[in-house]
Amino acid sequence: MKLLIIFTAICLFVSLIVNRQKTWAGVKKGALMFFRLLPTLVLMLALVSIVLYLIPEEKLVEYMGEGSGITGWMTAALFGSVALIPGFIAYPLCGILIKSGVAYSVIAVFITILMMTGFLTLPVEARFFGWRVSILRNLVSLVAALLIGLIMGFFL
Amino acid sequence: MKKVQKYIPPIFFIILIGLSWLFDFAAGEQIGLNFWMFFKEMILFLPLMFILIGLFDVWVPRENIEKHIGKESGWKGTGLVILLATLQAGPLYGAFPFAYILWKKGCSVRNVFIYLGAFSTIKIPMLTFEIGFLGLKFSLLRTLITLPVFILIGYLMEGYLKGKNFDVKQP
Repeated sequence: MKLLIIFTAICLFVSLIVNRQKTWAGVKKGALMFFRLLPTLVLMLALVSIVLYLIPEEKLVEYMGEGSGITGWMTAALFGSVALIPGFIAYPLCGILIKSGVAYSVIAVFITILMMTGFLTLPVEARFFGWRVSILRNLVSLVAALLIGLIMGFFL
Repeated sequence: MKKVQKYIPPIFFIILIGLSWLFDFAAGEQIGLNFWMFFKEMILFLPLMFILIGLFDVWVPRENIEKHIGKESGWKGTGLVILLATLQAGPLYGAFPFAYILWKKGCSVRNVFIYLGAFSTIKIPMLTFEIGFLGLKFSLLRTLITLPVFILIGYLMEGYLKGKNFDVKQP
């Protein structure tokens, strides 16, 4: 995060020195895009926080834990696709899940789906790619994540 | 009119959260805390991202992007987008605007989707985190298996979208 701030500041500074008008045009363009997207983003984050409240950690351990078999996979896939958890929270959570007896392959499915798909981010994605392509990309990623989990299961 | 309508659901949500705090409604408070955590991440991260995207738009000439990661770029182009994606940070929804600007500058369909795949799964800042919590073996294995999978997704999407007038829109 700090790196990004510094990097942006340097880019902005250099750009301002080289050409002030061009820089403002760029910043204005970026800001315009941001503000157009903002309501959709806030709505998405609201949905995510509600879903996250409805699914507490203990339930996850219960459904994905030892001997959960196909239920574990389904839970991992379902929760992973709905949730939108930043990595700095998701990885510690996975650490807890592993310690509570969740299989590595289930974790692989969970983490891959979590990162590659987002059914709650669909409204945002659709603003760029359109609904049809966004849904397709998410579905293909979902299948891919299950495949990745399956292969991981062979190795771990 | 449509512009105003878009703001109604978010504002409604925020009012509900505010009321929950006022009347000590526990579920609402917890949801509010969750929301604040996500909102903080977004509001710090995305404006910077959009400034960079705006600057990228005015400074980087289309020919450059088209030559390196466009239709004719082949494996070198794929390698380049993956490298670009792995060096970034942030949630997936931060990748969409960047994918848009790459597309606008002539990046190929395949590379747009490979970029999204790489951005979401093998960002280097996140990998260090993953290794810390899940171990080197797990992270390495996952990365090695994931890499060919999302390259394949790129090819699949390209094949499917051929001749379908695919376009990445400015929101």
